[in-house]
Order: sequence, then structure tokens, then C-alpha cells
Amino acid sequence: MTAFLKLLFRNRLAAMGAVVLSIILVLAILTPVLPLQDPNITNTGDRFARPFTEGYLLGADHLGRDQLSRLLHGTRTSLMVGAIAAFLAAFFGSAIGIISGYFGKRTDNILMRLIDMLMAFPYILLALAIVAALGTGLINALIAVAAVNIPFFARNIRGITVGLSHREFVDAARLAGKGHIRIILTEVLPNVLPVIVIAMSTTVGWMILETAGLSFLGLGSQPPDSDLGSMLGQAKDHFTTHPHTSIIPGIMIFLIVMSVNLLGDGVRDALDPRLRSGALSRPLPVTNVAKDRNVPAEDTSANAALLDIQELETQFHVGDRIYEAVGKVSLSVKPGECLGIIGESGSGKSVTALSVTGLVASPPGVITGGAVRLEGDDLLAAKYEKLRSVRGNRIAYIFQDPLSTLHPLYTVGDQLVEAIRVHDSRVSKSAARARALELMKQVRIPNAESRLGNYPHEMSGGMRQRVGIAMSLANEPDIIIADEPTTALDVTVQAQILALLNDLRRERGLAIIFITHDFGVVAQLCDRVAVMYAGRIVEEGPTQAVLDAPAHPYTKRLIACVPELGGGRRELAAIPGLPPVVNDLPPGCHFAARCDKCQPECKVGYIALEGNEKRTVRCIHPEEALA
Amino acid sequence: MGSYILKRLVAAIPVLIGVSVLVFFIMAMIPGDPALAILGAYATPENVAKLNADLGLDKPLVQRYFIWLGNMLTGDFGRSYSQNKPVIDEVMGRFGNTLILAGVAFVLCSILGILAGVVSAARQYGLADKAITFTVLIGISIPSFFLGMILIILFALKLRMFPVSGMYLIYGGGGLADLANHLVLPASALAVVATGVIARLSRSAMLEVLRQDYIRTARAKGVGERRVIMGHALKAAMVSIIPVLGIQAGFVVSGAVYIEMVFDWPGIGQMLVNAISQRDLLLVQGGVVVVAACYVLFNIVVDVAQALLDPRIKT
Repeated sequence: MTAFLKLLFRNRLAAMGAVVLSIILVLAILTPVLPLQDPNITNTGDRFARPFTEGYLLGADHLGRDQLSRLLHGTRTSLMVGAIAAFLAAFFGSAIGIISGYFGKRTDNILMRLIDMLMAFPYILLALAIVAALGTGLINALIAVAAVNIPFFARNIRGITVGLSHREFVDAARLAGKGHIRIILTEVLPNVLPVIVIAMSTTVGWMILETAGLSFLGLGSQPPDSDLGSMLGQAKDHFTTHPHTSIIPGIMIFLIVMSVNLLGDGVRDALDPRLRSGALSRPLPVTNVAKDRNVPAEDTSANAALLDIQELETQFHVGDRIYEAVGKVSLSVKPGECLGIIGESGSGKSVTALSVTGLVASPPGVITGGAVRLEGDDLLAAKYEKLRSVRGNRIAYIFQDPLSTLHPLYTVGDQLVEAIRVHDSRVSKSAARARALELMKQVRIPNAESRLGNYPHEMSGGMRQRVGIAMSLANEPDIIIADEPTTALDVTVQAQILALLNDLRRERGLAIIFITHDFGVVAQLCDRVAVMYAGRIVEEGPTQAVLDAPAHPYTKRLIACVPELGGGRRELAAIPGLPPVVNDLPPGCHFAARCDKCQPECKVGYIALEGNEKRTVRCIHPEEALA
Repeated sequence: MGSYILKRLVAAIPVLIGVSVLVFFIMAMIPGDPALAILGAYATPENVAKLNADLGLDKPLVQRYFIWLGNMLTGDFGRSYSQNKPVIDEVMGRFGNTLILAGVAFVLCSILGILAGVVSAARQYGLADKAITFTVLIGISIPSFFLGMILIILFALKLRMFPVSGMYLIYGGGGLADLANHLVLPASALAVVATGVIARLSRSAMLEVLRQDYIRTARAKGVGERRVIMGHALKAAMVSIIPVLGIQAGFVVSGAVYIEMVFDWPGIGQMLVNAISQRDLLLVQGGVVVVAACYVLFNIVVDVAQALLDPRIKT
């Protein structure tokens, strides 16, 4: 509870709302004992007395009644009526929702149809009909407002109850022979109560406004009693000549509703765990790059690489914690070369790949150091428009899960056409379409012509992934970065896709960076491989050499994790433990804690990536000396 | 799509019947004798009995419902005693006026609300976002009837830019320009709250969508940021915005009742409030049923729009 309050009041707006509302509440509670005039005593001599005149701090209304006194009494009434309406709506709505959700089947069906019926009315029509039937008056207006808000609670609470009623603890209670009423009261209700509270706190402002509205129309409180709405309603006839009589109650309603809304939003945010982590910030078009990053010098030698990632450092800043997702990673590819990056989940492979064209979600991502050079040009320093012209044009991506990475509302044909036309608007739509068709055939999608009109959800996983590949090929890029493109696919499709990529590499001489956690795939496709662990490269070298004689203990263990076909005499060995969390890395070797060859000196100081031109390893006690 | 529309129309029939039942029985709960109210001082027992027979009020409730329903289906909603003309004529004329007011306000709040939400999300935590969030907060907290009064004081009385009330000038008015001139203030007052609600929702829908993988894909393809926001992201966000537009349409029609009272707009809200205080129940009944039926049909339009946008909805 204190944590909740702390969270609530860290939200300055919510705190402001709470303060304003408390002041109004205290005034409303104290109204009967404050030295005020009787709100109903008329004094026609002082009709429309202006504010701050003697005896009338806020002036007088059309009957010469003291505005201050009427305002406070009206506020008292309005608050009470709004709160009671909110409680009634919450009580009956939640009861219907819980019963409907808990019993399901026909009960649910009938109740929900009734709720649908209530929701078929614009709310005020129903309220008007109820008031017409019951007659005008504050209590009837209250009933009408409560009634029209029942569907809101019923629907929300039903949805949550449906989820709960299939959970284990409810089943357990049922099996234990508890009656329905006891289960609802002891198992279901405690779990839906927070939601009811949130729903109430976000609607009570509305209900105050709605009852005030009915009173404003003359259907709520009747003279001489007044709530804020009827004060406004009576002032309406004179507001052009004596605006103060309407502005004063109007501002009071505004203050009440605004402070209730602010507080309600604060309560909702504080109770909604998704907002707590700040997860709702949207990624910027380009990852933030720290201004003070160190930029390594360009490699100007003759055999410079096509893409050269130099000492790249990418971090995630969440609150005051810093996660070092990528630590001084250097990698490069030449035209026609395939480089594999391998490692467990969370080892920084994808973040490295996304950093290349500034696609790391930011916030929270920040590139804090290094350079990414495409033929010498540092992409991290590039202006947005320049970077945009590289993305998808010279460096293209294939992502892991094609169901979530393709736009669900565009046909795959349109998505392909777009990929072509964003980089060359001179291409006509029909030419782009013809090109899209050609691409679909190239990645061996059967019935390519009719498939162009498909939406992603209408295709199988393998077909979708081919679309992803076709899209990456659209502008004949120099480099394709494939981020686990086959992980979500079954083995036969996986083999086809790998063969396809391999062919394209041979035919077009494109460079591929292939990210995976599967050494089998690396062996099949890659010329060189880099092994990543906890955001650092721990070993790099030609694929065959690394496979034959892994130097880093981690690499060796990783290879041992790959099942062997046919032979099967080797022992499959999982690596015990988990990779370290990258916001608090220990000194020395990051793998030390899981390594069975660990020595005391492995846990101190910085261990550099060492070796020769072809192979490097970050280990003091490598499995084998590098050849 | 044609069959989907047909299916939705068929599915609306039970809802419409339910609406009519609900309205009828709410009205039937009214204590007291309507004939007494109508006859007033002339309410001798013979007169009351005769009027009850004329109005069909001496028959059982269920039978009365079916008579009323049957009459309605032939366009006969009864006669309004306060207006002394057929209910349907009064309701249709009034409802048309409300539709002009509410329709303009609805278009206004949809466009402004979505735009504000999109800008707010694209510039999250920036100056524009803070300004919009703050304005929206005020907008959704201010009672529309109070806002209407303030607008009148400021723009009609002080600045004399727009007329104080009514729909047309009484002398020499008429025409579209006159109507538009009279519409500005009430439509703005009416649109404010819904704009705020739509802006809030659009903002959070956009923020949700912008975090999706397919937005990263669009950026990875080299799609420009404007197109990412206004195309890819907004299209996906519309899936959650459209249902809210449907709900807000109901709120706009509801709000129109207050605005009509403030601006003396000859719409159905004003008619209903007057009919309630004059206890002209047939008029109330007819008005409520017609508006509710239109709202049900409007929601079908919303569903169809949703199905056109989202191919994953089975049609």
C-alpha cells in the first residue's frame, strides 16, 4: 500500500489532483458548521450582487441568495450524488459481470445480451427515459446515472472473471466442495476488486458530470435544493447579463471533475504494472547515439571490408540501471562473404545487428561508442535521410518471426512494392508490382501471382519467411543481416531457406551476416563465425577451424550442445547455469561462473581478445592454442 | 463484404426489438394515468375512460406493446399531444437538426482527436505532447454545457463573431452560410470532450503500435518516418481507434442534448427534455426509439469500417 501511494504521488499531476480534491472534500464536509448564510434565504434587493460585495463573497444569484453558501451546499450534494451513483453502478455492474463470467454458458449469454441492449442507447437517452418514467428529482437522476453506467462495469468485470474462472485456484476450490457463493466471495472477488477500484476511480468524475448534467436540464434536483448542475441550469437564463452566477458553479464542477480525473489516472497508472517499467515509450526512428562516443579511425588498407563494425558499444538505460548489451564488438564482412554470429539468447547478437542501421529501440537503447563503417562512411554519424537511404537499399534485414514483423493490414504484394518504391519513386506501381512478382518467384513461392494479394496471416510460416527474404532482396542490397531467420520454422523449410540464401550469395555476391544460436546452421552456411557471450565476442575464426578446434571453453560447450545425426555416440551436454545479467558484469571472464576450467585468475582484471589475423579468442586458458 | 453487412443487419434485429421492449416497458412503469395528464381539468371519469379506450390503454400490456410495435413499423408513432401533430413528423424534423449539429461535431472530434493523438505519440514527452496532454486534460474535465456558455460570452457577446443561439437567423436568414455561422460555437463546444477522449486513446494506441516489430521492419526497409507514422502505425492503430469512434458517436449525440439547451438549437434533445417536463410520453418514446435505432445502425457502419480495415476479421 505504501509502495502504491509512493508511486501515486511521484506522479505530480495525480498529487495535484489529490490536493485539490482534498480541499474541496474538506470544505464540503465542513459546510454545515461553517459560518455561512442559509443557502435558501432570498433577498431580492441583492439580486445578482457581484462577487466581493459586502456580505456576498461570491455575489448573489437571481433571487439574491448567497452564492458562496449555495456553492458549498451544492458541491456537497454533487459529490455525494456522484459517489453514490458510482458505488451503485460499480456494485450492480460488477455483480452482473462476476455472475456472467463465473457461470458462463446461458447465464452469460442472456446477461450479456441484456447489457448489449443497454449499450445500444446513447447514454443520455436511457437516462432521459428513466427520468421520464420515474419523474424528475435528484434521487431519480442518481438512479438513472447509475443505471446507464452499469454496462461499463459489467463488461469489464466479466472479462476478468472469465479469465479467473478457469484458473487452477478456482478449480481447486470447486473440487474442495465449496459452494458457488463462497467461491465468488473468497476466490473471485478479491482478484477483481483492484479492477473495480480502478474502474470506479476513472468513472466517478463522469458520474458527477452526468448527474450535474441532468440537474442542469432541470431533471435532477428541484428547487429550492440545488446541486452544482441545477445552479448552472438556473443561471443559464441570466448568463449573458450576469455571467458570474454561472461561471462560479461551472468552475467548481470543472475543478472537481479534473481533480478526480487526475487522481483516477494516477491510480490506474500506479496499479498498471506495464506502465511501471516505462515500457510504453515508443522507439525513435534512429537509435540515440551518445555525442561523446569514441570513434575509432577508419581502416584505409586496400583489403578494407565492405561493412566494418568497430568497437561497437550499445547500452540500454532503464531508470538508473545501465545494461551493457554490446561491449566493444568488432566485426567485418567482405562482399560475398557470410559471417555467422552465434550465442545464447540475450548474448547481444541481435542488438549488434540492429545497431548497424540504428534500429535498436530507443529509448531505452543508446549507442555509446564505436563506429559502423559502410565502405568507410560511419553510419552512426549519418544524418537520418542518409541512413534511410541505406536501410533496405544497401543493408537489408531478415527478421526472426515473420508473423509479427510483417504488417498485418497490408498485403504482402503491397509491402514488397513499398520496399521497392521507397528507394526509387520513379518506378511505376505496375513495374514495382512486376518486380515484386519476380522476387516472389525467386524465393520459390508457389502461385506467386495470386499470393501477392495475400495478407500475412493467410500464409504459412515458411511462406511468410520467404516473403521476408524477398523483401530484403527487393533493392539488391550489398549486405543482408539475417536475424535468426529460420528459428521459427520446421527443419525441412529451414533447409530450403538456407539453401536459398546460399544460392543468392553465390549468384549476387552479397555479403550475409547470419545470426543464430545453432552451430549446425553456421556449419552449413558461414565462412567465418564469431561467438558472442554476455555482449562480448569470445572467439572468432573461420567456421571449419572453429568447429574442428574450438579454443574458448564456451564455444566447445556450445558445439557439444548440437545433436549429431547418425553417429550419436557423443554425449549431449547442456551448459549449466545462465548467462550473467549485463547490468552488473563481474570482472574477468564473464563465462567464468559456468566454466569447468575456471582458475582464480579468470575472475580478475580485463581479459582481451587475442590471437592472430585469422583467429582470436578471449580466454587465458584456451582449449587449444590457436593455429 | 455484402454478406457480412447483411449478417450484421440481421443480427441487429433482435437488438432493435430489445431496444423497443426496453423503452416500452420503462414508459409503462410510469405511475399515474396518462389520460389524466392529457385531459387535465377535463378529466371526468367518462372522459378518462373514453380517452384510455381511444389510446388503447385499456388493453393488456403485452398486447399494447405489439400494437405499438406494429404501428411503428408502418411509420405510425402516435400523436404528440403537446405539439398536436404526429410524433414521427416532430421527431424526424428535430432529429435532422440534431444530426447536423452532432455530425459536424463528430467529424471535427474524430479528425482533431486522432491528429492530436498521433502528434502526441510521435513526439512523446516532447513539448507538443505535453501541450496536447494538458489541453486534453482540461477538455475532458469541462462540462460541455458550461463550455458552451463560456464560448457564447467570449465569441458571441464580447467579440461578436458568431450568433448567440438558434440555427438560422429569424429575419432574412437561411442558407448554408447562415447555418454554418450558427454551427461554429455549438459544434465546437460539443466536440471538445470527445476530441479529448479520442486524442487520449489514439495516443496510447499509437504508442502501443509503434513498439511492434512490423514498425521496425518498415523502418528497416527504409520507409520514411512520416510514412511510418501516418501510414504503417496509424493504420494499425485505427483498429483500436475505430470502435472508440463508435462509442464516442453515442457520447456526441448525448452531449448534443446539453448543447441544444444552451444554444437553443431546435434538436431532438431539446424536444425530449421539454416532452419529459410536459409528460408527453408518446413523443419521448418515439424520440428515444428513433435515436437508439439510428445508433444501432451507425454501429453497424462502424463494424463494417472495421472489417474493411482489418482483413483478419472474418467476414
